[in-house]
Amino acid sequence: MLVLEKRPEPSALWRWLAPILAVVLTLVAGGVMFAILGKDPLAAIRMIFWDPLFNETFAAYARPQLLVKAAPLILIALGLSFGFRANIWNIGAEGQYIMGALAAAGVALALYPLDAWWLFPLMIVAGALGGFLWAMIPAFLRTRFGTNEILVSLMLVYVAEAFQAAMALGPMRNPEGHGFPGSRNLQDYPAAHNAELVAGTGMHWGVVTALLAVVIGHIVLNRHLFGFQVRLTGQAPKAARFAGVDADRLVVICLGISGALAGLAGMFEISGPSGQVSIDFNIGYGFTAIIVAFLGRLHPIGILLAGLLMALSYIGGELAQFGLGVPAAAIKALQGMLLFFLLGVDVFTNYRLRWQPGRAG
Amino acid sequence: MSDAPLLVVDGITKRYPGVVANDHVSFDVGRAEIHALLGENGAGKSTLVKIIYGLVQPDEGRMTLEGASYTPAEPREARAAGIAMVFQHFSLFEALSVAENIALGMEDPPPMNALSARIREVSAAYGLPLDPERLVGELSAGERQRVEIIRCLLQEPRLLIMDEPTSVLTPQEVEILFRTLRRLREEGRSILYISHKLEEIRALCDRATILRLGKVVASCDPRACSARELAEMMVGSSFTQPERTQRPFGDVVLEVEGLDLPAGSPFGTSLKDISFRVRAGEILGIGGVAGNGQEELLAALSGERVTAAEAVRLGGEPIGRLTPNPRRARGLLSAPEERLGHAAAPDMTLTENAMMTGAVRRRLVERGFLRWQAARRFAEEIVHRFDVRTPGVGHVARSLSGGNLQKFVIGREILQAPRALVVNQPTWGVDAAAAAAIRQALIDLANKGVAVVVISQDLDELLEISDSFAALNAGRLSAPRPTEGLGIDEIGLLMGGVHGAAPSSAENERPGETV
Repeated sequence: MLVLEKRPEPSALWRWLAPILAVVLTLVAGGVMFAILGKDPLAAIRMIFWDPLFNETFAAYARPQLLVKAAPLILIALGLSFGFRANIWNIGAEGQYIMGALAAAGVALALYPLDAWWLFPLMIVAGALGGFLWAMIPAFLRTRFGTNEILVSLMLVYVAEAFQAAMALGPMRNPEGHGFPGSRNLQDYPAAHNAELVAGTGMHWGVVTALLAVVIGHIVLNRHLFGFQVRLTGQAPKAARFAGVDADRLVVICLGISGALAGLAGMFEISGPSGQVSIDFNIGYGFTAIIVAFLGRLHPIGILLAGLLMALSYIGGELAQFGLGVPAAAIKALQGMLLFFLLGVDVFTNYRLRWQPGRAG
Repeated sequence: MSDAPLLVVDGITKRYPGVVANDHVSFDVGRAEIHALLGENGAGKSTLVKIIYGLVQPDEGRMTLEGASYTPAEPREARAAGIAMVFQHFSLFEALSVAENIALGMEDPPPMNALSARIREVSAAYGLPLDPERLVGELSAGERQRVEIIRCLLQEPRLLIMDEPTSVLTPQEVEILFRTLRRLREEGRSILYISHKLEEIRALCDRATILRLGKVVASCDPRACSARELAEMMVGSSFTQPERTQRPFGDVVLEVEGLDLPAGSPFGTSLKDISFRVRAGEILGIGGVAGNGQEELLAALSGERVTAAEAVRLGGEPIGRLTPNPRRARGLLSAPEERLGHAAAPDMTLTENAMMTGAVRRRLVERGFLRWQAARRFAEEIVHRFDVRTPGVGHVARSLSGGNLQKFVIGREILQAPRALVVNQPTWGVDAAAAAAIRQALIDLANKGVAVVVISQDLDELLEISDSFAALNAGRLSAPRPTEGLGIDEIGLLMGGVHGAAPSSAENERPGETV
C-alpha cells in the first residue's frame, strides 16, 4: 500500500524541485492538450516557450515585451505575497490596479496639458494611493466587522470595473475624441508618458520599480521584523500573538502594501504600454499575479522568475494563436495547469510517499 | 484471574521514519485484570494501544483475542471484537448534548429517548453521574471523560483501554473513576491502563508491563514494587529529584488584583475577580482541572489579552493594558501550555523561535532589522544550557521531541533574566528526566529572586516546587496559602470549588461538579 506520510522537516530540495517539476508536467500535459486539439504539440510548445526568446524573427519584438508584461505581474505578485504568507487573502488586486491607474490618469488628465517634471512623480504617488485606498476598504471591514477579505476584495474588482467604464465614457473621455469612449492617450502627453528608458528594450520606469521592489521585498522578508511577523502569523497565528504581533495592524499593512503596489502597476501601465483609459484597458494582470505569487513560492526571487515565465506564456501564447491557430482558451488552460501542478507537486515538500508492505485497506 | 489470557500481544513491531516505536513487544492481558502499561512519553505506549485498537497497523507480529487471531484493520473491527478505548483527548462536540454525542459514535443508534434512558441506567450502575440532556460544552473535563467512558460501556466491552485517564481529574474524581474501574473488573472485564503516574498504578493495577524506548523492559506486580523501583525501571537509570530550598522572600513583584476577563471563545472560561501576589523568590503554584481558566489567566498575564490597567501590576506599575512586548521589556515573561503553535512556531527553526520572544530583552532587533547572528547565538545558548537534544539550531521546532522542545521554550524565557515568570503546564507530556530538569530550573530561578507562577494540573509537581498554592475553579482563584502542610484532600476541595469558609457562587454555575 502506498502511503503519504508527513516529513519530520520540510524538504529543502523539494521546495525548489517542485516548481521545476510543475513546469515539466505542464509542458507534458499541455502537449497532450495541443495534440487533442489537432496541433503539433512540439511545435506549439516551441512557439510558446522558445520562439519569443530565440527565434530571429520574433525575438526583437518579443524580448522587450517580456519585460513590459512581466513588470506589472511581478510588482502585483510581490505585494500579494506578503499578505498570502500571513493568511491575508487579497484577491482583488485587479481592482486596486484599476483604481491606481484611474487615479494616476485622473491627475494627468485634470492637469492637461501641463508640461512639468513633477507631473510623473505626482502620478506615481496618485497611483499608489489609489490602489492603497481601494485595498483599505476590505482591510477596514475585516478589522472592524470581521468580514471576509476574500469576498470583499473580489467584489470590489467588479465595482472598480464599473467605475472604470463610467470614467472612460464620462469625465475622462477625450473631448477631442469625436464621441468615442476612452480618454486622451497619455503616450501623446510627454510629461505623463511612461516611455521606454532605452529604446527597443522594453525597459520603462515600471520595470525599474519592479526590480527594485524585488530587492526590497527580499530584504524585508528575511531581514526585517515586519517580514518575520508576516511569516510567523502565517505559520502559527497564536504564536504570533504571543510574540506580540498585532493581527489587525498586520491586515492593514499587508492589504495596504499589495494595494499600493497593484496601484503602481496600474499607473505604469496606463501611462505607458496601455496609454488610454478605456472600457477594458485592464487585461487581468491582477488575477494572473495570484498565480505568479504562488508559482514563485511567495518568495521575491521566485516571483521574479515566475513573472518572467508567465509573461513568456502570454507572448508565446499570442504567437501560437497567430502562427498555429491555437485557441486563446488553450493558452489560459496552459497557465491554469501550471498552478494546478504546482499545488499538486507541492505536497512533496512536507510529505513523502512510502511503500508500506502489509494488508491493504 | 482465570487461566487463559484475554489478549496476547506477540512480537509487535512498528517502525516510523527514524524511530522504532515498538520493537518486538510481547505481553498479555488476563481476564478480569487491570493491566498497567507504564512508560515515559515516547516509550511507545500510545502506538501500542493504537495497534490494539486498530488505528495503526503493525509492521510485524501478531495478536490473539481469546485464542483467536486478531488483526483489526480499523477501530470498528476492534469494537466489534469487544475492545473499547477512552482517549486522552476527547472527541466530543461541545454544541451537542451528551446523548447526541454518544449517538454519533454508534453504528446504529437507538431512538434518542431509549438512548437517554440507557445512559442514565449505565451511569447509575457504575456510579458515574451524568445527565444525558446537558450540552457537552458545559461539562467539566471529568464529566466529559464520563461521556467517553459511558460511550464505551454501552458497547459491553471485554477490554477497555484507558489512555492517561487521570490527567484531567481532581483527586475526588480520580476516586470515582477507580471505583468504576474496580467494579468493571469484578464483572470480569479487563482494563488496559496507560499511565506514567506510579502511585495510582500501585493503587489500582494487578500487573504492569513497563516499556522503554519501544521495548518491554520489565513486567511486575506493581503492588509489590515501590514507586521508586517502578520509576527506575521506566527511566532506566536513577535521576535526581529537584529539591525545594528554604529561602527568604523579597518584595511583591507581581500583583494581580480583581482581575476580570470575559471568555475568549464560546466555551472558554471567564476569569472572575482573581487576586494574588507573588514576592521575589517565591513560587506560586496554581492548580485546577483543565479548562477552568488556566489559558485565560496565562493570556491575561502574558499580555495576549489586555485587562483593566490596575488589574495586573509589575513592581507596582500598572501593566494590565500593555501588550506582550512592552511587558517583556519590563521583565514579565511567560510560557504558554501549548508548545507547538503557541509557545513555538512548529515550522520555524530554533533560531527563529528564539527570535520570537527574545527580540526585546536580548536586543535581537535593531531599528526594525533582525540580528540573525545574535538570535542564533541565543538559540545555541539555550540548547547548550538546557541540554536540548537537537542536531542544530537550524532545525525546525516540530522535529524536536516534546521534552526537548519544552526545555527550549522554558530555557528561552529563563535566559532572558525575567523579574517574573509565568508558565502553564511546564512539564505536560514531558519525560521524567526532562521534567525534573525543568522543575529544577524553575527553583533555581526563584532562588535568584525571580517571582515565579506555575500553573499546572499536576498536583505532585505543584506540591514539589511551589511555596504557596491556589486553585482555579470555574474562573475563580482560591486565596493562596502556604504549600507546607497542605493535605491532598484539602487541595481536592479547593480544586472542586470549595474556597475555605465562604462558599463561592461557582457551585451554582456548575451543578454536579462538586463531589
